[in-house]
Amino acid sequence: MKSLVLAEHEGGAIKDATLAAVTAAGKLGGEVDLLVVGSGVDAAAQAGAQIAGVSRVLVADDPAFDHALPENVAPLVVQLMGEHDAFVAPATSTGKNIAPRVAALLDVMQVSEILSVEAPNRFTRPIYAGNAIATVETGDPKLVCTVRATAFEKAARTGGSATVQPVGGAADGGLSQFVGAQQSHSERPELTSAKIIVSGGRALQNGENFKMLIEPLADKLGAAVGASRAAVDAGFVPNDYQVGQTGKIVAPEVYVAVGISGAIQHLAGMKDSKVIIAINKDEEAPIFQVADVGLVGDLFKLVPELTQKL
Amino acid sequence: MKVLVPVKRVIDYNVKPRVKADGTGVDLLNVKMSMNPFDEIAVEEAIRLKEKGAATEVIVVSIGEPKAQETLRTALAMGADRAILVAAAQEVEPLGVAKVLAAIVGEEQPGLVILGKQAIDDDSNQTGQMLAALTGRPQGTFASKIEVSGDAVEVTREVDGGLETVRLSLPAIVTTDLRLNEPRYASLPNIMKAKSKPLAQKTAADYGVDLSPRLRTVQVAEPSKRQAGVKVGSVDELIDRLRDLGVAA
Ligand SMILES: Cc1cc2nc3c(=O)[nH]c(=O)nc-3n(C[C@H](O)[C@H](O)[C@H](O)COP(=O)(O)OP(=O)(O)OC[C@H]3O[C@@H](n4cnc5c(N)ncnc54)[C@H](O)[C@@H]3O)c2cc1C
Ligand SMILES: Nc1ncnc2c1ncn2[C@@H]1O[C@H](COP(=O)(O)O)[C@@H](O)[C@H]1O
Repeated sequence: MKSLVLAEHEGGAIKDATLAAVTAAGKLGGEVDLLVVGSGVDAAAQAGAQIAGVSRVLVADDPAFDHALPENVAPLVVQLMGEHDAFVAPATSTGKNIAPRVAALLDVMQVSEILSVEAPNRFTRPIYAGNAIATVETGDPKLVCTVRATAFEKAARTGGSATVQPVGGAADGGLSQFVGAQQSHSERPELTSAKIIVSGGRALQNGENFKMLIEPLADKLGAAVGASRAAVDAGFVPNDYQVGQTGKIVAPEVYVAVGISGAIQHLAGMKDSKVIIAINKDEEAPIFQVADVGLVGDLFKLVPELTQKL
Repeated sequence: MKVLVPVKRVIDYNVKPRVKADGTGVDLLNVKMSMNPFDEIAVEEAIRLKEKGAATEVIVVSIGEPKAQETLRTALAMGADRAILVAAAQEVEPLGVAKVLAAIVGEEQPGLVILGKQAIDDDSNQTGQMLAALTGRPQGTFASKIEVSGDAVEVTREVDGGLETVRLSLPAIVTTDLRLNEPRYASLPNIMKAKSKPLAQKTAADYGVDLSPRLRTVQVAEPSKRQAGVKVGSVDELIDRLRDLGVAA
């Protein structure tokens, strides 16, 4: 067994979700290679070579691979799959964009968002918004899977000594072009790797309240900020704050849900948090069925008091 | 330009899924079924493109059991022009669906295929990307905005770090995210009209596609349940709890 893991990197650093994917790939047994693509990616390649458990870092240094355009990256991966048995990608927006394109080109079914490796061809994965866990077995000759980052330990960033090897080949297919990005910038910890998260829901009523109530509380706790779909749809916060079945999957030490009812789609994204704290004025709100600590009352009164007393 | 929209019949998003006692799957007997919410958004977007004059015809397709006809009729009532039902007995996988869709793309030559980003039953998030691979077309996944201009389409995508815009040459494949639009409800007259819109009945064999599954479901189990904890009576008590957890000083 030889696996190829897609590395996500930014500013020369490898992102956390990739470290979980390396761990998952290690559980398949055999060697783990890391694929770093983009232009001027030396620093990321060097960082990748330090990761414990990585044998080789394959580097495709070409502007065609910037922004991880799937039309260009997928053919490269397919070419490398000649000498690999498994392609493993983190279940991030980048991984989800590329991996199924690779799978179809290889004529195999992808196994999405694996939670565990039971055997090299057998995995568990969530279905129906995590209300059921399926154990599936693939009979395909090659494996393509994406990995839920919260379900695997992160591989250590140091301790490895992989060789770095350039790879090339497939370049710009000319089908797509990157136009621009609107990145949300924040001084706070990143949602998917934060130890504490404070999330706000529809009850916040507007973006102003979100800023004045949720953010100061998050700052006091050194927490990242998340939101329900309703809060994102209403424009209180940007799309990348959404936690849930179709947003981000988080599992922090502490998750504080403020004015969030606890729809199954929201729970799907946060119910593996270690401790859940809920503030809601409706004592029947479903969020209380999963909360370790619940406080019933008006958030407009309780949250300022909490922030002030902390 | 034709627009093709694949729609899947799934458990209604308001229903809490229950795992069958024998561990073979989720109980769908007597459960409310609806169009996958992301597919409603896809149908809406296609209809808007037609209303704007960017599209000439909206074709909806579903691969599944005969009851998927209801889902197709819903799409027709929203404003799609015609429908194709590809009968399939067993549960179909994204790869098989993508192969059928690729064959239909070959026949119909749509300028755009708009799919949902994810079916809320299998939560695969694969079919659109696979279809793009099989047809050699560019893909704009998780779209929150679509703008067709000339021989290209600009797609704004919801990604982990915010938003990203890509320019794809047409023909292209797009998958929808939640913020793309708010789907309309079909009016009663339109529901009546939809009954006489064309609905073609096909089989996978008509397209030369083998739908045998590649994945075998060994078991379906309930996730570990969380226990409801305690309710505290005041902010002070909550802070005590936070202290116990080492979260507050
Ligand atoms: C296809 C699909 C995908 C989805 N994906 C997601 C997803 O990824 N993430 C997600 O979150 N949702 C998702 N949803 C939406 C989900 O179904 C719910 O609609 C959403 O989570 C509700 O958000 P909310 O809890 O903020 O709002 P509501 O359900 O309206 O709840 C607001 C809560 O605030 C409480 N409240 C009101 N005022 C106060 C006050 N003054 N003080 C204290 N409490 C107060 C109320 O009691 C209520 O419980 C999805 C839905 C669909 C159809
Ligand atoms: N059986 C099907 N019939 C029609 N469209 C489907 C079917 N399965 C998946 N799709 C389309 O593919 C999208 C993504 O599904 P999935 O890859 O299963 O998460 C859905 O939102 C639909 O647009």
